[in-house]
Amino acid sequence: MSSSPSDPQAGSGAAASDPLRPSDHVDGGSAIVQPRLGVTGWLRWGWRQLTSMRTALVLLLILAIAAIPGSLFPQRMADPNGVTQWRADNPDLFPVLDALDLFDVYMSPWFSAIYLLLFISLIGCVIPRIKHHAKALRAQPPRTPVRLARLDDHREVSRESENPDAAASAAVDTAETQLKSLGYRVARFDGRGTYSVSAERGYWRETGNLVFHLALVGVLVTVGVGGGYSYTGQQVIVEETTFVNTLLDYSSIQRGRFVTEEALEPYAITLDSFDVSYVPAGSPGAGQAGDFAANITVRDADGEVWSDAVRVNHPLPVAGDSIYLLGNGYAPTITVRNAEGTVIFRDDVPFLPQDSAMTSLGIVKIADGMPEQLGLQGFFYPTQAELATGAFTSVYPALVNPVLTLNVYEGDLGIDDGTPRSVYVLDTTDMTQLTGGDTGLESIELAPGESADLPNGLGMITFENASPDGSADYENSVKRYASLQIHHDRSAVWVLVFSLLALAGLLLALFVPRRRMWVKATPADGTITLEYAGLARGEDPTLAAAVDDLAAAHGSLLDAQAAASDTAASDTQKVG
Amino acid sequence: MADLESLSVLLLWTAIAIYALAFTAYAFDLARRSEESSDAKLREAELVASGRTGIIAAASASSSSSDAASPRVMARIGTSLTVLGFVLHLAATLARGIAAGRVPWANNYEFAMTGTLLIMLVYLLVLTRLDLRFLGTFITGLVVVLLGVSAVSFYVIVTPLMDPLKSVWLVIHVFVASLSTAFFALAFALSVTQLMQSRRARLVAEGAEKIGPRFLATLPTADRLEALAYRFATIGFIFWTFTLIAGAIWAQDAWGRYWGFDVKETWTFIIWVLYAGYIHARATRGWRGNPSAWLSIVGFTAVIFNFTIVNVFFKGLHAYSGL
Ligand code: HEM
Repeated sequence: MSSSPSDPQAGSGAAASDPLRPSDHVDGGSAIVQPRLGVTGWLRWGWRQLTSMRTALVLLLILAIAAIPGSLFPQRMADPNGVTQWRADNPDLFPVLDALDLFDVYMSPWFSAIYLLLFISLIGCVIPRIKHHAKALRAQPPRTPVRLARLDDHREVSRESENPDAAASAAVDTAETQLKSLGYRVARFDGRGTYSVSAERGYWRETGNLVFHLALVGVLVTVGVGGGYSYTGQQVIVEETTFVNTLLDYSSIQRGRFVTEEALEPYAITLDSFDVSYVPAGSPGAGQAGDFAANITVRDADGEVWSDAVRVNHPLPVAGDSIYLLGNGYAPTITVRNAEGTVIFRDDVPFLPQDSAMTSLGIVKIADGMPEQLGLQGFFYPTQAELATGAFTSVYPALVNPVLTLNVYEGDLGIDDGTPRSVYVLDTTDMTQLTGGDTGLESIELAPGESADLPNGLGMITFENASPDGSADYENSVKRYASLQIHHDRSAVWVLVFSLLALAGLLLALFVPRRRMWVKATPADGTITLEYAGLARGEDPTLAAAVDDLAAAHGSLLDAQAAASDTAASDTQKVG
Repeated sequence: MADLESLSVLLLWTAIAIYALAFTAYAFDLARRSEESSDAKLREAELVASGRTGIIAAASASSSSSDAASPRVMARIGTSLTVLGFVLHLAATLARGIAAGRVPWANNYEFAMTGTLLIMLVYLLVLTRLDLRFLGTFITGLVVVLLGVSAVSFYVIVTPLMDPLKSVWLVIHVFVASLSTAFFALAFALSVTQLMQSRRARLVAEGAEKIGPRFLATLPTADRLEALAYRFATIGFIFWTFTLIAGAIWAQDAWGRYWGFDVKETWTFIIWVLYAGYIHARATRGWRGNPSAWLSIVGFTAVIFNFTIVNVFFKGLHAYSGL
């Protein structure tokens, strides 16, 4: 607890070894004075306002409030699909909120302004304190107050003594060594008939506080600078295919502004196989997937080849990057032939899972080889079942009864003008539906290995069976894909270092007691009066106990010394 | 292991019932305190009326509030019941963990079970050093409500862990987060008492007729309560800082980035900033006392909000409530 009311220094201004505090700190000395007129006066006043405790506090509270909207609205950086969905659901409100950056809260100018102001305030507050503390570290403990009894934590004992003057001086010597060994910095103040030692400890408290605040700056700066040099790419990779770590090969990549094309090391990754296990039907959590592993082979830029697995929670380090497993799904192999029987499309098409039983949605776009462009939109059901409504669904995520259904669209895919289109979305505005829906034609429905005719005699489509020859079931009939994330960020480790520094600083700042102790001996006729007093600087719940301990330990040291000199005296007598 | 699982449920409901009894006992203790303080006043008044010196009156009043005379029977019963409830609660949690073959804090039901267990543990440990039994009604009440609600609405059977949860960081991050919640809860209770106490002091100073609940007369002063609240909040803050760091390390492994302002990350950050604000407020002139107590209350409200509303209703990567 702070003892400022009884603080003997309070009136006379704080000692040089006290940490420097903004003027509106509870222990601060002067109140904020009105600025003198003139530009510099006002500037100085403004700066003092900005670096005051109150401003820091208010900015912290504003920061907390400003962070809330980002949890209420989907954020582009965390959940881009959520933003698209929100926009579709609230087309009128969206532009207004978007103009307020409510979908990019943490990148927005107003959010940045708050934390930048906070950090300017922090730096402005901390720099003078560092200077001051550097001096305080070399300063002497303050002079012993004249009336120690005025302090809250004060103990007094008298001891008899034949030679009070020498005994008083010796008692303070003992206290001095004792305090030193307890980690106090000490100074002697003898004179005017009294002997005393003044002691101070807990400089680490202020050091910890400064380290904590500086480490926060360190975190902010490393996050900011690190972002410029980091990149994160996503890549979908089907079993038995390969991708190379170059900008061209990524399906999407976000890179910091200092990342050049040469920054990416061109290693190649082949997905050999993808493992997953499902909780069997009938047990708790049936169908829940786990133990994902993307087994990959890496060919380093210098030609070395090695294999390993990427698992959830276990990113694989490759050439300074980390490779993460983000998702997985099925990639049915689809072949399309035109009316002449020529193969115009053959590929493993990644389907996006829509539910935990892996009902998946996929798109095939055929730009060339047909009279008009063709789009196929379909669902894949690893274990197909029919709902009461007649609609299909998947009831289990593994390949027990795989079925692929497709609808065919003919017309303009909208990709010729160079507009980038997602491979997972079919824009049917300029297309005519040929099967399913109201067309009167059934949707195409295929099991692995089956083929069907396309409508209007356009040709034929085949759902290839990927099982090795002679397989009895469908277990391996469809290839899987893994979606990998390749992340490069060397600054992460520095962010961690600064965070841990902040934590260490915090521990010191909050738990190291900063206190002063005094031991004073006043000789009188045949006795000496010993006084012990402590004064907390900042929160210090254990001060009273510390003063008690000091007095008790000092007492027993003196007793021991007395006993020793008694024996020594009687020994001398014997010799004499 | 299904029988262990239902044993756990049985133990937990028994623990809830016993905590409810403890709550009643503590409530009787508060009522008793009210009587004592009015007895003391009565005696004071009689003494003064019978013409004895004020010195004796003052002495008797202070001896009754230092509670050397009153054995606090109901508080003792409350604490004994709390210990009994805690033992059952611990057994329920262990049974759940053994049934699941992992740490029992992997979905909302289990977070609540372990989190409240830690609140109780911290409360009982603190009792060995400080007499905070006047918080007994609050603590047992809070735990009964949290446990009751989660046993009714959050209960899920044991299922295998989802892949992202299979990590030592689950063990560390969630455990430490629960631990700091326990400290924040105590700080919250002390801050609320502090506000009541300072209101009482103000009313007494104004010479008001009604000065609030009378049991307050037997409790520490507002300043002392504030110092205690601050101490618990700072311990909670340090654990929370660690939670934040451990969560970021885990996110780096599981999601490929250490920070992404996911909903749950955002709220963890908001809570951290609020408590940093509280700590600053304690050191800012004009903010010490009631305003800082309000910040501690707001901070704990955010903690509870984060655990309930955010876990259940907000969409994000932390979809582990199991609901
Ligand atoms: C990112 C923003 C900030 C955060 C998260 C933060 C957090 C903290 C925390 C947790 C403490 C308690 C630990 C200790 O006593 O050392 C503290 C103390 C302190 N902070 Fe900050 N702070 C921030 C900004 C500032 C600013 C801008 C100032 C300057 C006005 C400031 C001045 C202080 C002072 C003087 C103390 C010591 C209080 C005392 O004497 O007990 N802080 N801060």
